[in-house]
Amino acid sequence: MTLTKRSDKRKFEDLRPMEAKVGIISRADGSAMFKIGKTIALAAVYGPRELHPKFLQNPEKGVLRCNYNMMAFSGSGDRVRPGPSRRSKEISLVTEKALASVVDLDKFPNSVVDVFIELIQTDAGTRCAGITAASMALADAGVPMRDMVSSVAVGKVGGKIVVDLSKEEEDFEGGAVDIALAMTKRDKKITLMQIDGEIKKDELLKALEMAKSATDKIYALQKEALKAKYVREK
Amino acid sequence: MTDLIKQHIEKLLENSKREDGRALDEYRQPVSVEYGVSAKSAEGSARVKIGETEVIAGVKLDLGEPFPDTPDEGTIIVNAELIPLSSPDFESGPPSIDSIEISRVVDRGIRESKTLDFKKLCITEGEKMWMVFIDIYPINDSGNLFDACALAALAALKDAKFPAYNKTEAKIDYTKKTTKGLPLADTPISITVGKINDKFIIDPTHEEEQAIDSRLTLAINERDEICAAQKGGEEPLSIEEIDQIADLVIKKSKELRKKL
Amino acid sequence: MGELKVKDKDIVIPGEILATGMDYLPAGAAIREKEEIVASHLGIVSLKDRLVKVIPLTGRYFPKKGDTVIGKIIDITFSSWIVEIGCSNRAVLNVRDATSDFIERGEDLRQYFTFGDYIVAEVLKYSPTQGAIDLSTKGPGLHKITKGKIIRVTPSKVPRIIGKQGSMISLIKDATACRIIVGQNGTIWISGEDIGMEQLAEKAILAIEEKSHTSGLTEEIKKLLDEGKPKKAIPAKKPITQVEAKKPIKKKSEVKKEVKKVKK
Repeated sequence: MTLTKRSDKRKFEDLRPMEAKVGIISRADGSAMFKIGKTIALAAVYGPRELHPKFLQNPEKGVLRCNYNMMAFSGSGDRVRPGPSRRSKEISLVTEKALASVVDLDKFPNSVVDVFIELIQTDAGTRCAGITAASMALADAGVPMRDMVSSVAVGKVGGKIVVDLSKEEEDFEGGAVDIALAMTKRDKKITLMQIDGEIKKDELLKALEMAKSATDKIYALQKEALKAKYVREK
Repeated sequence: MTDLIKQHIEKLLENSKREDGRALDEYRQPVSVEYGVSAKSAEGSARVKIGETEVIAGVKLDLGEPFPDTPDEGTIIVNAELIPLSSPDFESGPPSIDSIEISRVVDRGIRESKTLDFKKLCITEGEKMWMVFIDIYPINDSGNLFDACALAALAALKDAKFPAYNKTEAKIDYTKKTTKGLPLADTPISITVGKINDKFIIDPTHEEEQAIDSRLTLAINERDEICAAQKGGEEPLSIEEIDQIADLVIKKSKELRKKL
Repeated sequence: MGELKVKDKDIVIPGEILATGMDYLPAGAAIREKEEIVASHLGIVSLKDRLVKVIPLTGRYFPKKGDTVIGKIIDITFSSWIVEIGCSNRAVLNVRDATSDFIERGEDLRQYFTFGDYIVAEVLKYSPTQGAIDLSTKGPGLHKITKGKIIRVTPSKVPRIIGKQGSMISLIKDATACRIIVGQNGTIWISGEDIGMEQLAEKAILAIEEKSHTSGLTEEIKKLLDEGKPKKAIPAKKPITQVEAKKPIKKKSEVKKEVKKVKK
């Protein structure tokens, strides 16, 4: 079964409608909300702060710690049992790696930067939304970063390469390949890549190319949200 | 132990003043309730803001077997989680005792006021019932989570609609929502009063909470009856004080109930 | 050779390219990455000659030797106090740096500073590689805080709150008759005879924090302070208690003062 039109009338390279806001949690050092389609992710950053227990400390530089969690009512069907699952632990890990490549914690030995991501509503592309929100929250917290990270899912649905798969497209009858990606802005390096499905190398490269302009669009929104907190006050 | 911040709050209270200029019995403004914040996934959801404190609650319905001693009743399960996203003081991990306390206090307010007629949640006696899960998450803890969580839970219940239920297959189709809401018979409002020296304050900020000697949370139903109570803090309260607090809370509950 | 990509007072985000080529020099939260100068923080651009500087708009305090800080005692060991100053590591105040008094070994340190005390201290030493911060309370103006109020602002706004040669903070001190110490770590102590004046000082400081990067701020703060000060009442039919402006108001218990604000 091939894909001729996307069910929500989007072009293959179009993202769902997005929304971003920074500085929404006053108790946190940095925070942000990112919404894409119906997926809503919140991120809060605390730190750099002292890391306990001591044995986790790194005497050479600060540690980045990410925790991804879905609210119990955020799943598309049954209630999600509260608490970390194997899936959420893995997402926490790859999120941390995706952000660690841009964050510079050399000046903060023995401390930790904690990133908490919560999903209020899930509708495909959740880990990507989390990383995008976390990137803004880190910048908002004043954590030194050499670049921003923008994240989106690309893939192959019914033979066509598409950007930002919807839930329907992930479950497409004719088969779908879901690729979660995160890219830096300046040199377009990949900090997150996970593939679910079967795909030829050429198709993968095409998907990565499409991801470049998709992440550019997300970056534009992140930049605007970060500046909005200060520009508006002028 | 010195507590300069508590000293300062006490000094202000001596003149019936508060840091942010509020009266002792005034809620921060705005108090807002937004419905359907997770409309696609939750059967009911709401966001409550009291000043900068923000809480989101969601309702999910599932099927279960009735408890043996109440074969013709459904039930509610309340779970409040103090997530580290909302405050530097909360840690990751299993629910803390503070999370458990809020969960149980909110539960009692709803349960004892018979807000939900559990008999109406029964599908087949002895076999199938509706379980109403209420999950509550603070997003920003700027003080008074007790009241914000209780209000959010109630708002989420008000927002909730039954999902489509196939009786023959005994299966829920979460993708289809009916227009039938939960059978709500009351609107219990929970209000916490904090005591600092001999002054009572309503809706404490995060700093004021640190200065509080004891607190009393009362849930009031539409008939001005007390349907739940929880005293917290290490200082005792006299009977006269409880009397005063109850009067204050009953008066304020009407104001808060209007926000729903 | 080289191109400037931003203007003075632009707001930039991490990774944003500020300049290309080797002509320009990075400063503050700007770093050089090969041929480009990029921002490492969310901040505001400050250009001067060939210097491209980014002043961070947010971020925790980063200790520097000689800084005056205000911290809170959170723990006591047998020879030191552990102080929270709001940065990535806790600070240590050793007994030998705390006071010129002779303190015997085994003496109860709580009689000097106890849990919860706020102190005005100086950063003696900061070893970034170990994350160790040493404080001293042995200089002039360094002491325990016994009254007044503590507020916290973003550390990066402290220079603006203090102002050029202390001009901004002096403005507030004079207008409110309050003693104010601004810690470089963003913790600020305000103490006045009148709680209303303390609150006015706080209001002014928070206004500077919020609008630190805007122009015309000094005028705005002057206006805020003027409007908040008690003024001589206009003679009216009803008798009103007059309040003299600028003098420290002696606080008597339970004396109510009626203040009339004159709308300009």
